[in-house]
Amino acid sequence: MHRRRLALGLGFCLLVGTSLSVLWVYIENWLPVSYVPYYLPCPEILTQYPQPKLLEHRPTELLTLTPWLAPIVSEGTFNPELLQHIYQPLNLTIGVTVFAVGKYTHFVQLFLESAEEFFMRGYRVCFYIFTDDPTAIPRVPLGPGRHLSVIPIQGHSHWEEISMRRMETISQHIARRAHREVDYLFCLDVDMVFRNPWGPETLGDLVAAIHPGYYAVPRLQFPYERRHVSAAFVADSEGDFYYGGAVFGGQVAKVYEFTRACHMAILADKANGIMAAWQEESHLNRRFISHKPSKVLSPEYLWDDRKPQPPSLKLIRFSTLDKDTSWLKS
Amino acid sequence: KPKCYSLLAIILLTMLILVFFSSGLLSPRSQTPGSPEVGARVKELDHLQVVTLSRMVYPQPKVLTPCRKDVLVVTPWLAPIIWEGTFNIGILNEQFRLQNATIGLTVFAIKKYVVFLKLFLETAEKHFMVGHRVTYYVFTDRPADVPRVALGAGRRLVVLTVGTYARWQDVSMRRMQAISDFSERRFRHEVDYLVCADVDMQFDDHVGVEILSPLFGTLHPGFYGSSREAFTYERRPRSQAYISRDEGDFYYMGAFFGGSVQEVTRLSKACHQAMMVDQANGIEAVWHDESHLNKYLLYHKPTKVLSPEYMWDKQLLGWPAVMKKLRYVAVPKNHQEIRNR
Repeated sequence: MHRRRLALGLGFCLLVGTSLSVLWVYIENWLPVSYVPYYLPCPEILTQYPQPKLLEHRPTELLTLTPWLAPIVSEGTFNPELLQHIYQPLNLTIGVTVFAVGKYTHFVQLFLESAEEFFMRGYRVCFYIFTDDPTAIPRVPLGPGRHLSVIPIQGHSHWEEISMRRMETISQHIARRAHREVDYLFCLDVDMVFRNPWGPETLGDLVAAIHPGYYAVPRLQFPYERRHVSAAFVADSEGDFYYGGAVFGGQVAKVYEFTRACHMAILADKANGIMAAWQEESHLNRRFISHKPSKVLSPEYLWDDRKPQPPSLKLIRFSTLDKDTSWLKS
Repeated sequence: KPKCYSLLAIILLTMLILVFFSSGLLSPRSQTPGSPEVGARVKELDHLQVVTLSRMVYPQPKVLTPCRKDVLVVTPWLAPIIWEGTFNIGILNEQFRLQNATIGLTVFAIKKYVVFLKLFLETAEKHFMVGHRVTYYVFTDRPADVPRVALGAGRRLVVLTVGTYARWQDVSMRRMQAISDFSERRFRHEVDYLVCADVDMQFDDHVGVEILSPLFGTLHPGFYGSSREAFTYERRPRSQAYISRDEGDFYYMGAFFGGSVQEVTRLSKACHQAMMVDQANGIEAVWHDESHLNKYLLYHKPTKVLSPEYMWDKQLLGWPAVMKKLRYVAVPKNHQEIRNR
C-alpha cells in the first residue's frame, strides 16, 4: 500500500511537472515581449536631420549598392546621428578579434588606443586579443562598458601558418565564448590604426570590406587563387570585388559559419598539399562569392596609407601602419 | 521490494528525460547565440539561411561607377532604394529560390472593386514573383464574383470573405485590421513574405524578389521630388498619425507595402490601433490608412524602399526619364462611380 501510494505520488508529480512546463512555454509566447525590432526602430526622433534628396546629381562617387542590394558603406551614404539613434537603444555588444603573435604584439598599443577613440563609441565592446605572449600585451585604459580579454594561442614559425590558423581560432572562440558575450563580431588585423569614426553603419548579418589595392581593377586581375586543385579556386569570369582579409565580420552566428567554412576549405587544401595564393584571404574571397555579404564596406574601412587618397574616398577610417614587413615576418 | 525500487527508478528517469526534453525542444530561444533578446529576434527575422549560390556569370560591378547617377539608391539609414539598374535579378532569384521563399499577395476587392481582379491577377501571373511560390489572398465581400484566372505552377489563390463598410474611407482603413488578423491566424503559417497591394492596378513589368526584405514601403509617385513640408502627412497634433513639418524622410504610398509576415503583422496592428484611437477621439487622418502607414514608417524605418517604378499612374504623370520601367501602374477608373457603390 505504502509503495503504491509512493508510486502514485511520484507519477502525479511527474504529470504536474510536465504540464507546468508546457503551460509555461505557451504563456511565454503570450507575454508581451518588449519589442525592439531587428535594427530599425526609431521610437522618438529627437534629432532633426535633413531630408534625403531622392533626385541626386553626384559626379565623383562610389558605387553605393551591390548588384544583390547590399549597401556599400562610405562617407555620405549614411547619417551617423540617425544610425546612432537607431542602434543605441538596442544595447548591443560588439566583439573584435585581433591576432598579435610574435613581433605583432608591438601593434596592440596603438590599435587599442585608436579603437578607444574611434571604434563604436558609446557601445559595449569586447576586445579579444589572441597572442602567444600574454605578457607582451600592454594594459591600455578602456572606457566604460569596454573590456579586453587576452587569449593565449600557440605561435608558429611561419607567418603564413599563423595567418591561416586565424579562421580556426576565431570559430572555436565563438563556439566556446563569444556567442554568449557579443551580438556582432569583427575580425580585424592588428597592424592597423583607426583614424576616423567606425560606428554602427558597419553592422550587418555578414560584412566584408573591399581591398584598397583592387577596387579599381577588373576581376581578371584580382589575386584570386587560380589553381583548380585549390578549394579557393575562382574562375576568370567570377568575382564581384576583391575583399580584404584584414576586415570582416557580422552577426556572431554568421561569422561562426563563415570562419568554420573557410577553415574547412583550408584543411581540404592542406590535405592536398597546397596553400592558397593569399592564405585565408583567398578562401575568404572564394566564400564571399557563393555567400554574398549583406553589407560591404568601402576602402575607407580598410585603407593602405602608402596609396594616395583618391577624391572618391572622403574619410579614411581604418588604415595600415607603415611598417617594415621583412622584419616582422622573420 | 526490488519491484518498488525499479518502479521508482523508472518514474524518476522519465521525469528527468521529460524535463530535459521540454526545456530543450520547447524553448529554442535559449540556444540562440548572443544576448537572448536580440538573438531571438535576429533569428526570427533572419531569412537569409546559409544558401550557397551556384556559379553564375555576370558583369563585374564597378566600385567607381555608381549604378544610377541620377537618383539616390541608398537611404541615410542604409536601406536600398530599388530602381532599375541597381540589382541583378539572377543573383537575387537564386538567393530566394534556395530559401524556397513563399510570397503572399493580399488584395482587397470590396463591392464594385471586384471588377479589377481579373486584370490584376492576369498581369500578376505575368510579372509578379515569377518562378517563386506565390499565394494570392483575395479579401472580398463577393466571393462569387472572384474571376477564375489560370495560375502558374507553385501559385494558388485563396478567397477570404470579409464584411464591408458603407464609406470607402472605412473600407480602406479596415484593411489594416483584416491584414493583422489574418497574419496572425493564417499567413504566418503559410508564407514567408507578405505584399499588400491595391486592386485597381496592373503589373506592366517585372516586380520580383528584389523588393523582399523585413519591411518595405513604396515612394508615392506624386511626391518623390517634393520637400518634406509639402508631403501630405497628417498635420493635426490630435491625430495619432501626426507628423510635424520638420520631420519625414519620404512620402510612402498606402497602396503597396510589405515585408516579412512578422513585420507586416506589427505594422498593420499598430496602424489599426492608431486608427481606432483616432476614431475614439473623433478624428480621421487626412489620407486615412496611408497617413498612419507614413507615421509608422517614419518611426520604424523600412529595410528597403521601392522607387515610384513600383507605384505609378501613367495618365496623371506620363513617363519621365528618371523612370526606366513602370512596373505597377494604376488602371484608369472613374472614382465617383466606383467608390460608394
